[in-house]
Amino acid sequence: MGKFWVIFVASISILLPFLCNSFSPETPTDRRVLVLLDDFAVKSSHSSYFNSLKLRGFDLDFKLADDPKIALQRYGQYLYDALILFCPSVERFGGSVDVAAIINFVDSGHDLIIAADVNASDLIREVATECGVDFDEDPSAMVIDHTGYAVSETEGDHTLIASDDYIKSDVIIGSKKIEAPVLFQGIGHSLNPVNSLVLKVLSASPSAYSANPLSKLSTPPLLTGSAISLVSVVQARNNARILITGSLSMFSNRFFRSGVQKSGSSTKYEKSGNEQFLTELSKWIFHERGHLKAVNVKHHKVGETDEPALYRINDELEYSVEIYEWSGTSWEPYVTDDVQVQFYMMSPYVLKTLSNDKKGLYSASFKVPDVYGVFQFKVEYQKLGYTSLSLSKQIPVRPYRHNEYERFIPTAYPYYGAAFSTMAGFFIFSFVHLYNK
Amino acid sequence: MATMPASASDLLKSFKLKTKQQELLIRVSILCLVYILAFITRLFSVLRYESMIHEFDPYFNYRTTLYLTENGFYDFWNWFDYESWYPLGRIVGGTLYPGLMVTAVLIYRILRFLRFAVHIREVCVLTAPFFASNTTLVAYFFGKEIWDSGAGLVAAILIAVCPGYISRSVAGSYDNEGVAIFALLFTFYVFVKAVNTGSLAWSLASAFGYFYMVSAWGGYVFIINLIPLYVLVLLITGRYSMRLYVAYNCMYILGMLLAMQIRFVGFQHVQSGEHMAAMGVFFLMQVFYFLDWVKHMLSDTKLFQAFLRITVTSAVAVGGIALGLGMVSGYISPWTGRFYSLLDPTYAKDHIPIIASVSEHQPTAWSSFMFDFHILLFLFPAGLYFCFKRLSDATIFIVMYGLTSMYFAGVMVRLILVATPAVCLISAIAVSATVKNLTVLLRSKNKVVQTGSTKGSGGSKSSSKALLDQSQPFQKNGAIALLFGAFYLLSRYATHCTWVTSEAYSSPSIVLAARGAHGNRVIFDDYREAYFWLRQNTPQDAKVMSWWDYGYQITAMGNRAVIVDNNTWNNTHIATVGRAMSSYEDEAIEIIRSLDVDYVLVVFGGVTGYSSDDINKFLWMVRIGGGVFPVIKEPDYLVNGEYRVDKGAAPKMLNCLMYKLCYYRFGEMMTEYGKPPGYDRARGVEIGNKDVKLEHLEEAFTTSNWIVRIYRVKPPNNRW
Repeated sequence: MGKFWVIFVASISILLPFLCNSFSPETPTDRRVLVLLDDFAVKSSHSSYFNSLKLRGFDLDFKLADDPKIALQRYGQYLYDALILFCPSVERFGGSVDVAAIINFVDSGHDLIIAADVNASDLIREVATECGVDFDEDPSAMVIDHTGYAVSETEGDHTLIASDDYIKSDVIIGSKKIEAPVLFQGIGHSLNPVNSLVLKVLSASPSAYSANPLSKLSTPPLLTGSAISLVSVVQARNNARILITGSLSMFSNRFFRSGVQKSGSSTKYEKSGNEQFLTELSKWIFHERGHLKAVNVKHHKVGETDEPALYRINDELEYSVEIYEWSGTSWEPYVTDDVQVQFYMMSPYVLKTLSNDKKGLYSASFKVPDVYGVFQFKVEYQKLGYTSLSLSKQIPVRPYRHNEYERFIPTAYPYYGAAFSTMAGFFIFSFVHLYNK
Repeated sequence: MATMPASASDLLKSFKLKTKQQELLIRVSILCLVYILAFITRLFSVLRYESMIHEFDPYFNYRTTLYLTENGFYDFWNWFDYESWYPLGRIVGGTLYPGLMVTAVLIYRILRFLRFAVHIREVCVLTAPFFASNTTLVAYFFGKEIWDSGAGLVAAILIAVCPGYISRSVAGSYDNEGVAIFALLFTFYVFVKAVNTGSLAWSLASAFGYFYMVSAWGGYVFIINLIPLYVLVLLITGRYSMRLYVAYNCMYILGMLLAMQIRFVGFQHVQSGEHMAAMGVFFLMQVFYFLDWVKHMLSDTKLFQAFLRITVTSAVAVGGIALGLGMVSGYISPWTGRFYSLLDPTYAKDHIPIIASVSEHQPTAWSSFMFDFHILLFLFPAGLYFCFKRLSDATIFIVMYGLTSMYFAGVMVRLILVATPAVCLISAIAVSATVKNLTVLLRSKNKVVQTGSTKGSGGSKSSSKALLDQSQPFQKNGAIALLFGAFYLLSRYATHCTWVTSEAYSSPSIVLAARGAHGNRVIFDDYREAYFWLRQNTPQDAKVMSWWDYGYQITAMGNRAVIVDNNTWNNTHIATVGRAMSSYEDEAIEIIRSLDVDYVLVVFGGVTGYSSDDINKFLWMVRIGGGVFPVIKEPDYLVNGEYRVDKGAAPKMLNCLMYKLCYYRFGEMMTEYGKPPGYDRARGVEIGNKDVKLEHLEEAFTTSNWIVRIYRVKPPNNRW
């Protein structure tokens, strides 16, 4: 019996941190990450990147992509919070994983990193297409840039690109400026114009194009210039985040450590920007940054504290919401001045910027419009890089009750006078008529 | 012991009634029987189905009554309903006629006070039959007032079973008309009584009757136009009297003031064009009275003639100018579309599709006159003949009521209801007068034979007839034959009425019944199945979009907010729904999202052969939608002016949202032996688009007979 207890307590104490550390609305940072690889050599050749993740507390589970034992979920529960696909050439995943499973994984709020490469398999392309980007259809095409290439030993190889055309968002790539350009070698992709959620994080320079570097260019390339995206991110509507890049090697230790000199530029950097760029980006992908939550949505009449079931037209009301940002370890007050609340019925009747107290509490007070109907308090906060906040709370607005109108209106006094004088006159008339014979 | 027989015979003797008393006893017992008959003949639906509310509007009435019992009168009066007309909401208290609900709740309270533990639903179900019984009593008194008590009795019997009235007053048909016909007839009766007696008390009673009518039904406009018309006719025919003056003025002024207390009516009596006739006649009465007085004062007729001319022209001119100014300044609102469509039957069809789309607003077919009136249709002209033979203020009234309401009954099917009391009364006069004449003939003949005297028992007319008839042979036999004929006709009438009530008017239309292949009765309870599914399986604040016909039922039974319902007050909102239904799916989804719709409900009869489904109503959605949004064009849905759903249908028709929602997965379905899959039994064709794919909606629920299909609106794509 004692032995049983020891085993039980031991297993609990092993499992407990594992159970507690999983992704949840309260601690949105991912903890358990499945890494799928083409072969285990990548594990060591890209160890810097993986180590940086491990150092930040992630629990990485390396598996071969065609391992028949891999599974994303068991008994309806997802086993991982995030998935890293470093397996550009896999033709078919092992186990129960397929494109639909990965898409479902994302659609239930989990994060995904896809790194493709030249000769990326159709499977990886399909996953990317589902996420709103299209890799160049030519399997052997690479991004070539004859002016923005990185100076290297092999002269004439212009497929190794040094790019510094980042997205202008401190939330996504960190507030610290990335000094050195990022090295990229791989396949380019374009964003699907229909998709409104996908963002170019690192784009190619205007002189870049996508073609097979070994063959002669016979037809004009399909992808050219800054339409080519090197690294893209998607923040889905359920705030799942996806990173898509056409270069697996940009995560490698070699690229992390190598110095970089952009052609035409005299400054030579000791170390490329890859490490900083990708580490910061992974912080965003894994919800260590830019994750907001809105709690305690409250509204009440001015001077009251209880939330009414419905308002009356022309009521004065106060609306408040608390917004916090996840810093990776704790919830910090989110301070900004551009959160707006709408009082909405088919169109916003009131649109007001919320004022905040620097402690995360946003509030506004306004007057209910002189229109009755079913209104909504709506906060639609969509800011680049942040999770989108979409709060709506339905509240009916009723007209005046019969006894809420003003009772004695001065302009009505003539009418009152008329009514009463008629009554009096009728009485006198009847009296005179009946008795004055 | 020996004294017992003697005392018993004494007792019997003391019970022996005089002729007058006997007649009274017979009359009272007939009335009691008619009262009971009128009630029980309306219970077919309860026996055949269950004690339930019927159709569409009654569900709203029931819901409001429930609210009234639970929350009291003031909350009801101020009720703002945010479950209908999302997101606009509806001020229920200010947009309904509360008479019905208040009546039902009053009955409910009285029953509760008497310790009858009834549910409010039972009261609602039986309100209409109860008021129909009361109507028979009013009909009796009305008939007595305009003709004699015999006519009154016949009128009571005729109206008790007349299908035209039963159609709106069976148990479960908890609608305004149920109490309104009682109020209408009561108002008319009391007004005629007031005109006949010149009594202020009767006139006051008619004002209250009118108030009750205003509180119960929008059809009060008929009263407020018919009575002035009647007064005008009396004035023109030189029947002006002090009695009329008292009756009309008191009724109009007090009735108007009382009617203003109903929120929905408000100031319409002084501001709406439909009520101006009554006001004009009111002023005309004053002019008449004034002229009468002047005539009394002036002895010179020539001077009076001149004065008359000046006064009348100036009065008419002043009235015309006032009306014109009121119209131009917008103080007096013009006539509403419904009123126009009554006067001009083609008006609605051209201008207001939402009125024309309602089946009960269609012009009446001859067959439905026959169906609803049966022999009354032939007795009506005969009764008119008798009325003209004995013209009085009262018979003029019933003639005018009969003629105008008959015209309206021809314009709109539902107004047969208004004509029914008049038709019954006039027919009763015909029956009663005929039967009376014949029996008098028989009796006087006997007397002639017995006493040898030529003196008839009736008036001078019948005696002269008897004189005349003496020369005719077989006259007694003829009278007997005619009497038998009359009774045969009346018994046919009773049979017909019972048959119609049982077959046609006792169906709740929320539960459908059909005959199975072996003659057995098949019940389709799909509507309630769907509404209870909504109630049980959807979130509390879900919004359901459907065509407006089903709005009341969804809110009452499904307890979910709807976009539009049977209170068609906002044409644009209905047109928006019509537009969504008649657009392609990706256009429709924009509208659906903008209205925050969570579920879309359609009614489909292709499996069961139920013909009043959404596909058959669809052209009205197109028309109403196109009336507001010209992007929707009716010809796009027609092929050579023909409406079809098979392979030859218009491409827009085959791909619009309504078609897709109705026929989703229907192409796989075998509905009838020997027919290809996807055979639509309601329209008798194989559908044209069997491969229906939905992108933004998904099937959530389809009832067992596919009559109601509910679709869930999918959230926007997560990654796009």
